[in-house]
Amino acid sequence: MNFPAKTKTDFKVVGTRVARPDGVDKVTGRALYGADFSVPGMLTGRVLRSPHAHARIKAIDISAAEALAGVKAVITSDDFDVPEDDFLRDVQDNCIARGKALYHGHAVAAVAAKDAETARAALKLIKVDYEVLPHVTDVDAAMAADAPVVQEGRADESVPEGCGPNVTNFHEFGHGDLEAGFTKADLILERSFKTEATHQGYIEPHACLATMADGRGDLWCCTQGQFFVRELCAGIMGMEASQLRVTASEIGGGFGGKTTVFIEPLALALSRKSNRPVKIVMTRDEVFRATGPTVSSSTDVKIGMTKDGRITAGDAQLRYQGGAFPCQTVSFGAQAAFAAYDLEAVRTQGWNALANRPKEAAYRAPGAPVAIYAVESVVDELCQELGLDPMEVRLKNAARDGTKASYGPTFDQIGLVATLEAAQAHPHYTAPLGENQGRGISCGFWFNFGGNTCVSLNLNNDGTVGITEGNPDIGGSRASISMMAAEELGIPYDKVRTVITDTNSLGHNDVTDGSRVTFAVGLATIEAARAAIQVMCRRVAKIWGIDEEAVYWEDGYAKPSGPNAGNFDPMSIAEIAAIASETGGPIAGHHEVNAEGAGVSFGVHLADVEVDPETGATKVVRYTVFQDAGKAVHPDYVEGQMQGGSVQGIGWALNEEYIYGEDGKLQNDGFLDYRVPVASDLPMIDTVILEIPNPGHPYGVRGVGETSIVPPLAALSNAVSRAAGIRLHELPMSPPKILKAMMSKG
Amino acid sequence: MVTVALWGSLRDLADGREEVEVEASNFKELLDTLQRDYPALGPQIKRGVSVAIDGRVYRNSWFTEIRPDSEVVLMPYMKGG
Repeated sequence: MNFPAKTKTDFKVVGTRVARPDGVDKVTGRALYGADFSVPGMLTGRVLRSPHAHARIKAIDISAAEALAGVKAVITSDDFDVPEDDFLRDVQDNCIARGKALYHGHAVAAVAAKDAETARAALKLIKVDYEVLPHVTDVDAAMAADAPVVQEGRADESVPEGCGPNVTNFHEFGHGDLEAGFTKADLILERSFKTEATHQGYIEPHACLATMADGRGDLWCCTQGQFFVRELCAGIMGMEASQLRVTASEIGGGFGGKTTVFIEPLALALSRKSNRPVKIVMTRDEVFRATGPTVSSSTDVKIGMTKDGRITAGDAQLRYQGGAFPCQTVSFGAQAAFAAYDLEAVRTQGWNALANRPKEAAYRAPGAPVAIYAVESVVDELCQELGLDPMEVRLKNAARDGTKASYGPTFDQIGLVATLEAAQAHPHYTAPLGENQGRGISCGFWFNFGGNTCVSLNLNNDGTVGITEGNPDIGGSRASISMMAAEELGIPYDKVRTVITDTNSLGHNDVTDGSRVTFAVGLATIEAARAAIQVMCRRVAKIWGIDEEAVYWEDGYAKPSGPNAGNFDPMSIAEIAAIASETGGPIAGHHEVNAEGAGVSFGVHLADVEVDPETGATKVVRYTVFQDAGKAVHPDYVEGQMQGGSVQGIGWALNEEYIYGEDGKLQNDGFLDYRVPVASDLPMIDTVILEIPNPGHPYGVRGVGETSIVPPLAALSNAVSRAAGIRLHELPMSPPKILKAMMSKG
Repeated sequence: MVTVALWGSLRDLADGREEVEVEASNFKELLDTLQRDYPALGPQIKRGVSVAIDGRVYRNSWFTEIRPDSEVVLMPYMKGG
């Protein structure tokens, strides 16, 4: 049986809108999330957190807490070895402070007790002797030469001489002669932008249940990647991977924020010390203070344009703070900033700096939204100044097949032009606007990738199929994986069930991130199905007494390949499964791969806003997303990703921000004061899926989960500038800022 | 020989060159040779790099073939959310 080498284009299951397999469980409360799992004898874990933004820990006295009745264990950083590996040591030190508390909310100790009340009481008995140190939370202040030093000696070899002590790495990308490019321009604009950190805002707080005894551990937790949790926790606990089994719960949102650990090593250490199972569930304020929001940023952009709208050169300097530990996020922003444009001369430079804030975590297309916000804002302002149509200008300068990307490689089969043309042709683009309304557009981009993936496909005795995969389902992957298996096997979708398994049941799977799962796990599933088909064809060939090459697979049946093969009735998958024992035993297909070849993704957003001239409040009145998704396996989920990312981007643009006081303490650590957009704040987010196949996947699938958060920041800023006649250069564009700008303008 | 484009901040670590020529037929040989010929690139390569080969980004697949005429661009190691 030979399988097609070309990208498949005719589908029976893929592309339909089948019922989601987890829907009923989730709406009836049957689904088990991180906090929903309990075992007999379980203790409650609670964490003591630093009240200071930056403080040396001179001493911790846990004796009174340990003496409290009902307390079974108290831990500090002294209960952990110090890993030699820099990355692992940073992860551990972020989970529990060693020597210094680096941000407001940094864990300094943890308690396991018989109940939550006792645990809370015990926390109050822990005496921490702090020496409060100067702190820094603003990105530009953190970059300064005289800034308080968050951590000594963390700069790598890329940092140029003369940078401040908190700068940890530097990246530069680009090509061409900038000076010559700017000389050709009729108009050059230089603008500076700032954005505040935002949180992923997932509904479910981090939660875990750990059992550890006799060197063996079991961990149930809410995560985007149980295998990575195992790797981190085993490393921190000094265990072999085989001795720690991690099971991922259902997940109430992740968006990148659940790609690392915060409480899991603490629960394991408390369990090891108490010899009892320990559950830790974060409160919402802990989620805000001590998990990973995005970077905050400060960016300078300079772009030159001719009168007819050709961009002659682009230059950007990006400064990101990613909290108290080094990160590389600015490199992604610096690569993505000008990715939508075909430029002869382009340069981006990026610096990451430490600050007294929680360590940033990934958040949908990490680093890209704030970089592209700055570039797309300046492109738009150039269009306004030169009286040009912003869509025509983007089409004129758009990256296309064969364009040398601003970050180096040459693009191959990308969908930006098709996406722009779809937006231009859409009724939204020419719809009339009302009073105080404006329309903005922005392009967006994300890389996407594949990664390590391991899938088992098992044929049951009745001809139905079970698939075991190792990536938590954060965006509908169980449905899309079942659909791709059904498509390949030629059986109905409801004959396949996909489950997410623990770390002992499959080989390593990378984290559910990078928009990788539908692409990579789908690819592995198709190959696993093909392996099972090979087995079935081989067995049927033996039954018929013909060569296995004379048997082919179609629509769930093994069939003779032609008259010369013999006259045999096709055998269904159920018939083959029923006699599996007699023909050689259970039938399964497996595939293990480090999937490469994920295609990049572009999106274009159109946003209409109305700005209230009396309050400065912005209301989104119409919003349409155009995105190249490759083949949309389950269009409902693809649309959901496009809508969800857009809404998160709208929140980033208009409302969401980490607000720090002069004392370096986070002032809005709850959803009342950190306000994410809710359904009543928004119009229906319309979506237009473009399906430009990715040649790196048998069905043409690309990732779709991240690109959609990139364009809203600039799309809304550009819309506000037209609605209110003022252009803000910082996010969020909260009502007071807009009102102030409008009043200043008069 | 394969021509490898370096991102800007790596150029100072490779004698200021935007592109370097190395003998390599796959991903692993490329990284091994780069570290041997340009030891200053070693720390970044150990921290992680991706390699774009003919427009496709590969994160760490050692045996990915590189043809002499392939377009090869060194990039930071990709991660996502």
